[in-house]
Amino acid sequence: MRINCPLCGARDSREFHYRGSAKLIDRPLPEQGRAAMFDYVYIRDNPAGVTRELWHHRNGCRAWLVVARDTTSHKILSVELAADRGRVRS
Amino acid sequence: MRYSAFKVIWNGLGGNRGWKPVWRNPQPRSRYDVIIIGGGGHGLATAYYLAKKYGVTNVAVLERGYLGGGNVGRNTTVVRANYMLDGNSQFYSHSLKLWETLAQELNYNVMLSQRGCLMLAHSDGQMDAMARRGNMIHMQGDDAELWEAATVRRHLPYLDFDNARFPIRGGLMQWRAGTARHDAVAWGFARGADRLGVDLIQNCAVTGFHIRNGRVLGVETTRGTIAADKVGMTVAGRSSEVGQMAGLRLPIESHVLQAFVTEGLKPLIDTVVSFGMGHFYISQSDKGGLVYGGDLDGYNSYAQRGNLPMVEHVAEAGMALMPMLGKARMLRSWGGIMDMTMDGSPIIDKTPIEGLYFNGGWCYGGFKAVPGSGDVFAHLIATGRSHEVAEKYRIDRFQTGDLIDEEGTGATPNLH
Ligand SMILES: Cc1cc2nc3c(=O)[nH]c(=O)nc-3n(C[C@H](O)[C@H](O)[C@H](O)COP(=O)(O)OP(=O)(O)OC[C@H]3O[C@@H](n4cnc5c(N)ncnc54)[C@H](O)[C@@H]3O)c2cc1C
Ligand SMILES: [Zn+2]
Repeated sequence: MRINCPLCGARDSREFHYRGSAKLIDRPLPEQGRAAMFDYVYIRDNPAGVTRELWHHRNGCRAWLVVARDTTSHKILSVELAADRGRVRS
Repeated sequence: MRYSAFKVIWNGLGGNRGWKPVWRNPQPRSRYDVIIIGGGGHGLATAYYLAKKYGVTNVAVLERGYLGGGNVGRNTTVVRANYMLDGNSQFYSHSLKLWETLAQELNYNVMLSQRGCLMLAHSDGQMDAMARRGNMIHMQGDDAELWEAATVRRHLPYLDFDNARFPIRGGLMQWRAGTARHDAVAWGFARGADRLGVDLIQNCAVTGFHIRNGRVLGVETTRGTIAADKVGMTVAGRSSEVGQMAGLRLPIESHVLQAFVTEGLKPLIDTVVSFGMGHFYISQSDKGGLVYGGDLDGYNSYAQRGNLPMVEHVAEAGMALMPMLGKARMLRSWGGIMDMTMDGSPIIDKTPIEGLYFNGGWCYGGFKAVPGSGDVFAHLIATGRSHEVAEKYRIDRFQTGDLIDEEGTGATPNLH
């Protein structure tokens, strides 16, 4: 797998650390309660198909990326900076 | 037909024309008492024990591909009971005991070979941890021996004892551990279940559930609607996908695990060696191939194949442990989809939907669990109560905080 880092270009997946579902960006606030936090920590959609996930360009620019990838073929569909995604939200 | 030495000789003399197919290929009926989704090791074992122990014979196993085509036919066949935590300890102990009489129970040679499994230690701290684990295993009633480096050297002289990063200080040996023939386990349970009247239905994928007022009424399949009083899920890597059809949201991620085999070699490694620090373990099959594996590739996958970085990593770890491996040629590699839970331990429990039972989250340790899991899942489905060795495998333990995190890595499925 090669991941097309928006800052560094296409790099071997070995340069990246995998963190899991991109839902981890949306950490619930304390007032959202225990159920929301439980869901955040433990529950995953785990789709057979396109998923959005966090990869860290550890041995590169050290940016966190949101990668859209098909889990049935390992094909990467899009890569964006997690920071940009975060800004869209807030 | 009952198998025996006499039958083998008799059929051999007759040119082996006397053997019959070992299970029927029935059409699905419109209704069963119990439907088991998934014809892997766990599904087939569950159906067998339901019929054998509880007399529930109006059972169908629905398999989307062919029997034993999933992980049960893709694993590296290590069977052991050297777990430490309460919950795992009693369950795997129970399963290993069932393994020891399984060939007689099924009248099918599952080729269990109790050749031992050695976990290596590389530091004083690790030796202490192994001693503790060994004591816990003894308290469970199973066997474990703490080996010093000299003992390891006597048994396995070809390891690299003086590796600069991971010198070998000793290890923990479990003699009752070993390997078994994976396909034979699936086929043995399939044949046993079929003989007791269970319908094994292949090429039949479950595509949805019929649920009314919180109660399961049956399933939708590629071969039509099938009604049932109770439905059990044993779909391993596909747990999230099938769970979602019933509205279940699970603490599971699917990951790919690869395994490798070399060309056939003369007898070389007479036990199972696991090199945890290097993420590597190895044994030798009866055909002579060295069978080995390592870690998950590390990212979610349903592809049943991995990528080259892990191939390289595993080869490097193997060379670090056993330099002579470099002379062997790798013949094949393959991957399977692992149902990784958030604490690395399985779930065997009722679900919030009446009549729907869940068995999954086996991570990469579910082959050794096959007889135990089938036994306790059948108990749960037939009696409505958890078997005493599986009562910690609750589906709500992530909410209540009663996690069984053997590796102590927290909610990171790719690290368990
Ligand atoms: C490379 C590798 C090495 C391993 N090594 C070991 C080891 O050394 N020791 C050990 O203990 N464990 C090991 N494991 C783990 C072990 O193989 C699994 O945990 C175990 O086999 C899973 O249970 P199963 O046999 O029921 O799964 P499977 O055989 O995968 O059965 C699940 C079945 O469900 C079917 N299914 C899925 N969706 C549907 C649907 N919608 N409708 C109908 N059917 C469906 C699938 O087709 C499949 O046949 C290893 C696994 C792999 C991949
Ligand atoms: Zn980068």
